[in-house]
Amino acid sequence: MGAPKASTGRGHVVDLGMPAFPRSSARAAADSQLRFNLRKATHTIRGKRANVVAELPDWLELRAAGKAIKDHTLRNLDRYLIQLERAVTEAGGHVHWAADADEANRIVTDLVKATGETSVVKVKSMATQEIGLNEALHEAGITAYETDLAELIVQLGDDRPSHILVPAIHRNRAEIREIFLDHMGEWGRPAPDGLGDDPRALAEAARLHLRERFLTTKVAISGANFMVAETGTLVVLESEGNGRMCLTLPETLISVVGIEKVVPTWRDLEVFLQLLPRSSTGERMNPYTSTWTGVTPGDGPREFHLVLLDNGRTDVLADEVGRQALRCIRCSACLNVCPVYERAGGHAYGSVYPGPIGAILTPQLRGMDTPLDASLPYASSLCGACYDVCPVAIDIPTVLVHLRARAPHEPAERAVMRAASWLLARANRFGAVQRLASRLRRLIPRRAPGPGPLAAWTDTRDIPPIPAEPFRDWWDRTEGGAR
Amino acid sequence: MRVALFITCVNDTLFPETGKAVVTLLRRLGCEVEFPRAQTCCGQMHLNTGYPRESLRLARHFVDVFSGYDAVVTPSGSCAAMVREQYPKLAHSPHFAAPAGARRLVPTRAGREFAAAVDEVTPRVYDLSEFLIDVLEVEDVGAYFPHRVTYHPTCHSLRGLRLGDRPLRLLRAVRGLELVDLPGAEECCGFGGTFAVKNPAMSAAMGTDKVRNVLDTGAEVLCAADNSCLMHIGGTLRRQRGGVRVMHLAEILAQTEGRA
Repeated sequence: MGAPKASTGRGHVVDLGMPAFPRSSARAAADSQLRFNLRKATHTIRGKRANVVAELPDWLELRAAGKAIKDHTLRNLDRYLIQLERAVTEAGGHVHWAADADEANRIVTDLVKATGETSVVKVKSMATQEIGLNEALHEAGITAYETDLAELIVQLGDDRPSHILVPAIHRNRAEIREIFLDHMGEWGRPAPDGLGDDPRALAEAARLHLRERFLTTKVAISGANFMVAETGTLVVLESEGNGRMCLTLPETLISVVGIEKVVPTWRDLEVFLQLLPRSSTGERMNPYTSTWTGVTPGDGPREFHLVLLDNGRTDVLADEVGRQALRCIRCSACLNVCPVYERAGGHAYGSVYPGPIGAILTPQLRGMDTPLDASLPYASSLCGACYDVCPVAIDIPTVLVHLRARAPHEPAERAVMRAASWLLARANRFGAVQRLASRLRRLIPRRAPGPGPLAAWTDTRDIPPIPAEPFRDWWDRTEGGAR
Repeated sequence: MRVALFITCVNDTLFPETGKAVVTLLRRLGCEVEFPRAQTCCGQMHLNTGYPRESLRLARHFVDVFSGYDAVVTPSGSCAAMVREQYPKLAHSPHFAAPAGARRLVPTRAGREFAAAVDEVTPRVYDLSEFLIDVLEVEDVGAYFPHRVTYHPTCHSLRGLRLGDRPLRLLRAVRGLELVDLPGAEECCGFGGTFAVKNPAMSAAMGTDKVRNVLDTGAEVLCAADNSCLMHIGGTLRRQRGGVRVMHLAEILAQTEGRA
């Protein structure tokens, strides 16, 4: 998979050095175990989501409200960020501004070094994965321990997350058992002898392994689902309680949060605390919702740092069509419903943001300079299922089409497209090509030699028989069937 | 009612029988059908592949050709969705699909004329089943087709045009036809225009799963309202010798007793 390296795009989102999407996804599609795991998991969450969304009579109003609140906030982002900074500072927290991944990593590394500690516990966070924080900490001699169960599986397996919400979705329980048995001991308390693959037993092994970590580690790093500008409050939604442990037990808490995560008021949470759990885990409410405002003497961390991360987001905000991607609340409903994600898996997208949202977010944050990034806007059949389930109504197909217009095009493809447009601009030109095709119809092979679009089609599909005359000639000959 | 048939470039070239079926059906229902000879293509492939400029040229041609009719009927949910949903974006959103850095804040005179033509023409463009149910207000079109049929609601019909159960209502009213549910019907078949050749492995994987669901129904015929999707599913079926025929909705609705 290669070592992560910073790309040359606008933001510095970790680039996993993958080949372009058509090749990476083809490899995944040929892996029957992966296909089975992904299909089972995505269809299960898809069904749960559909049920809990259907039971709310005002879902569409909630969705419209979520979109409206996010759009309003993004239009006034400068104001709300300043308000947030003031509120956090007044509550005893420290606010740092990071223009890109390098700056954010440097700020966090320096903050951890200042505590004198060499290990940190982490709450599952997309922003810290986006900037490659664990790797940056590692280079500075600091070990970051993931505490979310799925992130733990990924970390122990020396693997990469393949889903925003369920990072180990590509693994089944037999594989997880092997990872625990083989690697838990390298990172701390080993898995118990005779561990089975029953989910309860696996969860218990993880609990025991993590419990030691929570009780001994003095620095925690988190992200946040929301930041409330009026009070400076950060909000984390989670299912396992590991977040609550990390947010309350350590002495120092550092939160790295994208600037688009701000909402104006507590009241706005009413909307998002309904939208997010139903869309992500398919639950009416998530088990743990933690909120904290600066520091409180004698209660929780004594020191709190908020690192506000741009990393390409203001560039996205400048694009009138693409900016709606910043409404994303990272629920991953679009992944679970996407027929391409279901067959490609998350790794094929070469980014911490896979699936439909990744296909519009990664090229905007990172640019489209690499073959992989340029192929991401095309990693969709434009079926529209993602737009239907998005709780903040991001019109992903429209943004994909918009980005395709900006993606670099192969010269040969551009020539063909231009020629086709010229031919189709006049009926007589088009008619001449149709008649030529009809005349040559017996010469078209069942399987075309590759490479090229005809071979790509005929590898798995027959070409339809070409008729003796096109419709327009039939119409002329028979006066529309009158003769 | 003066109805123009928009055959679409794919149907014109590869599936003329679908066009003939639309003509037969609409005439049987009392419509006067015209075929504007200058028509070519809606430009969907160009727009969706990242060539808005080339698409715009075809969109301008489309609104020129089809202005002035009471209705424009097309046997393609996807092309109808392109015209009704994407043309207004091309005409009215200055930044939609514009190359990076391009600015078209002040519309040119040609741009204003195009926008006006789009607003005039596009609301009267209908997919066949919309036209039958919403405009002609007919469900029973007098068809007879004594076969076991399953229906695939193509993505742009389902989530673009929101055709809902219109095609199913038409099929249920066909005498002799046994309609069977398609498992996973709402999942994309994997065609997706140039997606089919740009991401052939994904497209084939989706097509194979769709074909498996079709075969599970035990249907003789797979029906849809878009021949592009049927070309992909049908091509996969033929390659796998699936033994199921694919037919456009119009071709089933055009069948009558004695012609079936």
